[in-house]
Amino acid sequence: MSATRSPARLWRRSLQFRVVASTLVLSVIVIGLTGWALVRSVADGLAEGRRDVAVAEARAGFEATQVQLDAAVETQDGAQSQTLAEMVDELSTTGSETRPYDLVLEGPLVSGAGVAAPVRSSVAFDATTVPEPLRVSVRDDGGVFWSYSTARSPGTDESAPAVVVGGRLDVPSTGDAYALYYVFSMAEQQSTLDLVLRALLLGGMAMVLLVAAVAWIVSRQVVNPVRLARRIAERYAAGNLEQRMHVRGEDDIARLSTSFNQMAASLQSQIRRLENLSRLQQRFVSDVSHELRTPLTTVRMAGEVLHRSRDRFDPATARAAELLTAEIERFEELLSDLLDLSRFDAGAAQLELDAVDLSQVARDATQDPVVRAAGLPVELEGTDVPVVVDADIRRVDRIMRNLVANAVKYSRTDRLLVRVGENDGCASIAVRDFGIGLRGDETQRVFDRFWRADPARTQGGTGLGLPISREDAALHGGTLRVWSRPGEGTEFVLTLPRPGGSVHPPAIVSELA
Amino acid sequence: MSYRRRSNPDRVLVVDDDAALAEMLTIVLEGEGLVTEVCSSGDRVLERFVEFKPDIVLLDLMLPGLDGMSVCRQIRERSGVPIVMLTAKAETTDVVQGLEAGADDYITKPFKSSELVARIRARLRRTDRLAEPLVFGDIVLDPAAHTVTRAGQPLDLTPLEFDLLACLLGTPEQVFSREVLLERVWGYHHPGDTKLVNVHMTRLRSKIEDDADDPRVIRTVRGIGYQAVLPGAGPV
Repeated sequence: MSATRSPARLWRRSLQFRVVASTLVLSVIVIGLTGWALVRSVADGLAEGRRDVAVAEARAGFEATQVQLDAAVETQDGAQSQTLAEMVDELSTTGSETRPYDLVLEGPLVSGAGVAAPVRSSVAFDATTVPEPLRVSVRDDGGVFWSYSTARSPGTDESAPAVVVGGRLDVPSTGDAYALYYVFSMAEQQSTLDLVLRALLLGGMAMVLLVAAVAWIVSRQVVNPVRLARRIAERYAAGNLEQRMHVRGEDDIARLSTSFNQMAASLQSQIRRLENLSRLQQRFVSDVSHELRTPLTTVRMAGEVLHRSRDRFDPATARAAELLTAEIERFEELLSDLLDLSRFDAGAAQLELDAVDLSQVARDATQDPVVRAAGLPVELEGTDVPVVVDADIRRVDRIMRNLVANAVKYSRTDRLLVRVGENDGCASIAVRDFGIGLRGDETQRVFDRFWRADPARTQGGTGLGLPISREDAALHGGTLRVWSRPGEGTEFVLTLPRPGGSVHPPAIVSELA
Repeated sequence: MSYRRRSNPDRVLVVDDDAALAEMLTIVLEGEGLVTEVCSSGDRVLERFVEFKPDIVLLDLMLPGLDGMSVCRQIRERSGVPIVMLTAKAETTDVVQGLEAGADDYITKPFKSSELVARIRARLRRTDRLAEPLVFGDIVLDPAAHTVTRAGQPLDLTPLEFDLLACLLGTPEQVFSREVLLERVWGYHHPGDTKLVNVHMTRLRSKIEDDADDPRVIRTVRGIGYQAVLPGAGPV
C-alpha cells in the first residue's frame, strides 16, 4: 500500500479516521473564519482610534500654524516658504522624543501646477507616503483630510503603516498656499495587531487540535463497540456462536449489544434445533440401517442356500430362486445407495483423505468387471505420469465405477476414452464414450435421483449412481460435470481440488463443451 | 491362555439376538462342516463360552443385555480366541471401537455366506509356515508352542497378534504395506480398509514395545507400512 493511497484507504475503511478528519477540516474552517473576523475588527478598532487621535491633533496643529502664519506678515516671496520651513523645523525639533508624528510640508501649491516637491519634511519620506488622492483633496479643497498609507523612507525597504492627515495653509499676504501633512506612524498598533494575530493563531491551532482530539475520543467511544461488534460478528460468521457482547448502561451502544446478543442466541438456538434434527436424521438412518440389514442378511443367505440347490428344483422354482437372488442383490444395492444419500443429506458423510494417483485410478478402470464383460477397448490419455491428489480412494473408485458402468450401459458405445490431467489448482479425470449421447435437457437431468436416460431400460442399476457420484465429488470440494452431443457421445469430468487450490479452471475441458 | 489345535470340527459360538439370522448362520456354517452354538443374550455369553469352548466367536455388536463391545472385552480378558464382529454399521468409529475392544476382524451386514465362511476359515487357519523358533533381540517367538517371550517373560498375545508379529519378524527389515499384511494375516484383500491393521498394530506394540509411542521393534514407515527393525540397526 503506497503512502498516497493509504489515507484514501483509511478514509474508506476507518469510520474513526473519517470522523476525525472531517471534524478537523470543519473546525479549521470555522476557527479560521472566526479568527479572521476577530483580527479584522481589532485592526479596525486600533486604526480608528489612532486616526481619531491623529486627526484631532493635526487639526489643532493646522489651526495653530495658520494663526501663526496669519500673524507673520511677510512681503517677500521667498520669505513665506522660509518661515514655514522654520516652523516645521521648530515643530519637528521641539520635544522630538515624544512627538508621535512627522511633518511634511509641500508647496507653494499652484492651481493646476501638479505636485510640488516637499519643501521640508521632518524626516525623509518617499513621495508615495502621501497618497495621491489625499494630495488632490488637500490642494483643491480647504479643510482637513486623512488617509491610511504606508510610510516609506526613500532608498530603503523599511515601511510602516501610517495615517496621514493633510491640510492647506494659506498665506494671506501673498495668496500662496502650502500643504502640510502629519504622518502618524501606526507601528505600535501594527505590533499590537501582530501580537493579537500570533495569539489567535496559536490559540486557534490549539483549539483545532483539541477539537480533533475530542472527536477522536468521542468517535472511539462509538466506534470501539462497533468494532467489537464487528469482531464478534466475524466470529459468528466463522461458526463460533458462544461469544457475547458486554452490555453496559442503557445507551444506544448497550441496546446494540443487547440486540446483537439476542440475534446470536436466536441463531444459536436455530442451529441447535437444526443440529438436533440432523442428529435425529442420522440416528434414524443408522437405525434403519441396522433394522433393515439384519433381516436382509438372513434373506440373502437363505436366497443363496436356495440358489445353490436350484438344480434340484423344477424349472419354475429354480427360476424363482434365481430371481430372488438377483433381486436381493438389487435391493441391497438400493438400500446401500439410499443410506449413502441419507448420509450426504444429513451431512454425516466423512472423507478419508489419502494421496491418490488418478493415473492409477484410470488404469484400474480398464480392469473394471463391467468393462471386461462388455469387452470394450479402453483408451487412456495422460496416464503415463502420476497425477496425485488428496482424495478418498473408495469414493473416487465408486465414482469411476459409476461413470464406466453408465457409459457401458446406456451409450451403446464401442469404445471408451479415459483421460487424466492436472494443473496447479486441481486434477481431473474424464470418462468419454462415443455412443448415442444425450439431448440438452437430458444432460440437465442425469444427476437427478432415480432418473434414467431410457425409462424402458430399468434392468440393473439403482438410478442413484450419478447423484451419489456428484455428492462424492462435492464432498471433496470438487465437481462432476457432464457434456454430451447426440451422436457424438457423452463425457463426464471429475475435478478434485488440491489443498488450497480451486477447481476453476478444471484440468480437463471436454471436447464436447 | 491356551490355543488348541484339534482334528475334530471347529466350533463356532454365534452370539446374535436375531433368531432368524442366528438360525440361518447355523444352517450355513453347519453346511460348511462347522459345529455351532447360538447364544442370544449378552449376559449369558461368558457362561456359554466356558461350556462350549469355541474355536471362534461370531459376535453381533448390537445385543440386548450386555452390549457387544463389553462381551468382546470380557471374552478377550479370558481368551485369545478369534472374534469376528457382525456389524450393521459401516461407520468407521463403530468398527474401530469393536476392534479396540478386542475383535480380530469384522464383517458388515448384509454379507454373502461365502464371504463370512472365508473370514472364519482365515481366522481358523494357523500360521504353520515356521517351524524353528524365531529369535529377535530379546524376543523369542516359538511357532510350535505358539508362545512369545521377551527377556524370558512370556507375552500374552492373541493368535492374531502372534501371526502379525510372526509375519513381520519372519522377514526382518522388509517393509509390509497394510494391504499385504491384510492379505497375509487376515487372509483376504480389502483395499482401503486399513483400520484393521492400525488398531491391531497399536495393540501389539502396547504388548511388545517398552514405549508404544516410541516403537523400537516395529517401525512405522510413513505412507508405506511397517517393518521389524533388527536390534542394533541404529536409531529409528
